[in-house]
Amino acid sequence: MPYQVHEPKGPTPRDERAGASEDPRRLAEFEARIARGETIEPKDWMPERYRRQLIRMMSQHAHSEVVGMLPEGNWITRAPTLRRKMGLLAKVQDEAGHGLYIYCGTETLGVDRNDLIQQLLAGTAKYSSIFNYPTLTWADIGAIGWLVDGAAIVNQTMLAKASYGPYARAMVRICKEENFHKRQGYEIMATLAAGTPEQRAMAQDALNRWWWPSLMMFGPHDKDSPNSDELLRWKVKQKTNDELRQRFVNLTVAQAKAINLTIPDPDLRYNEATKNWEFGEIDWDEFWRVVKGDGPCNRERLAARRKAHDDGAWVRAAAEAYAARHASRAGAAA
Amino acid sequence: MPGDTAHRLWEVFTQPEGGKPFEHAGSVHAADAEMALQHARDVYTRRGEAVNIWVVPSSAITASTPGDAGPFFEPGNDKPYRHPQFYKVPSGVRVF
Repeated sequence: MPYQVHEPKGPTPRDERAGASEDPRRLAEFEARIARGETIEPKDWMPERYRRQLIRMMSQHAHSEVVGMLPEGNWITRAPTLRRKMGLLAKVQDEAGHGLYIYCGTETLGVDRNDLIQQLLAGTAKYSSIFNYPTLTWADIGAIGWLVDGAAIVNQTMLAKASYGPYARAMVRICKEENFHKRQGYEIMATLAAGTPEQRAMAQDALNRWWWPSLMMFGPHDKDSPNSDELLRWKVKQKTNDELRQRFVNLTVAQAKAINLTIPDPDLRYNEATKNWEFGEIDWDEFWRVVKGDGPCNRERLAARRKAHDDGAWVRAAAEAYAARHASRAGAAA
Repeated sequence: MPGDTAHRLWEVFTQPEGGKPFEHAGSVHAADAEMALQHARDVYTRRGEAVNIWVVPSSAITASTPGDAGPFFEPGNDKPYRHPQFYKVPSGVRVF
């Protein structure tokens, strides 16, 4: 049977038991395809749990890109030079684009983007907790590009091999652009770190505040991550939260040293045997507090999103009215 | 918000450079074709990734289903005489 490319399936069922009764033969076929490294496309048969896990994960990812514009947008009008301002504007525009790529990918699973956005505005959807921290100084823009985008690259490079085709393709596109983000951030940090004592202190202060939230971006320890097993089994993810976090730390330590900044962790030490930089324990109470809505800026971020959405309503209405009028004129002329 | 709209969905195809075929890039929401084209440019070609764009209402696209892949494409697979290897030429003759 022919089908529509984007076929709305209606709201995702909330029943946690959904998928328990999958046809075992089809499930076995699906898992064999995953095991062979095949890519799953939108209209291929997939277990309901796979579809729902992807909708959850991809929509959270898309929301994170969109909310991620807010802490950085805060500094566009106060960028210290025109060069910095152009770079930051382009980066923030990219984040909007990244949100759109991933919403587009999520819609291939039969959900409507508008429903996902309404969940974000209603406060029922999650997004990366890092964006609930404030950007207090210009150095925070450097720290975000370097650390937050750096952590995102580690995560997204893995997701570019995800078993779901539309997600993997969105990640390939995004990874190409993230390198610019990271380099513009690192350049800001390197410049400040080599500047006056006040600029240096500002850079160090930003690193101190953004380091631990950046490590939290990879999510809870593997043993506390309820979704990890399923995502790994179905190759949506290829590496665990802890593996990705370790990779990020290993990459970043040398970058901090190169610009003479100190990572704020007294327990940080190199393990010759494992070739890993071992680090101290993350404050998980803080992590869960921010995830559950009690971070420094959760309310402010959602209020800003709601305001932007509501303020744009007349533009969307005007565009629809314009399109309808032109369509009716074209109809009358024909 | 009552009466709010997310606009209809359009599929975006981009041509990376002149002479190359168009390929699917993704989708955008837009009220009409002109807006879809502008959104597609902003979303999918910020770094010179395309020299041409097509936008098509998603509802206008009809596609084959993965489940039909075998039987649907079967008529092509059992016609080896469509391939050059099916035909014999004397050895030593350069045909191409």
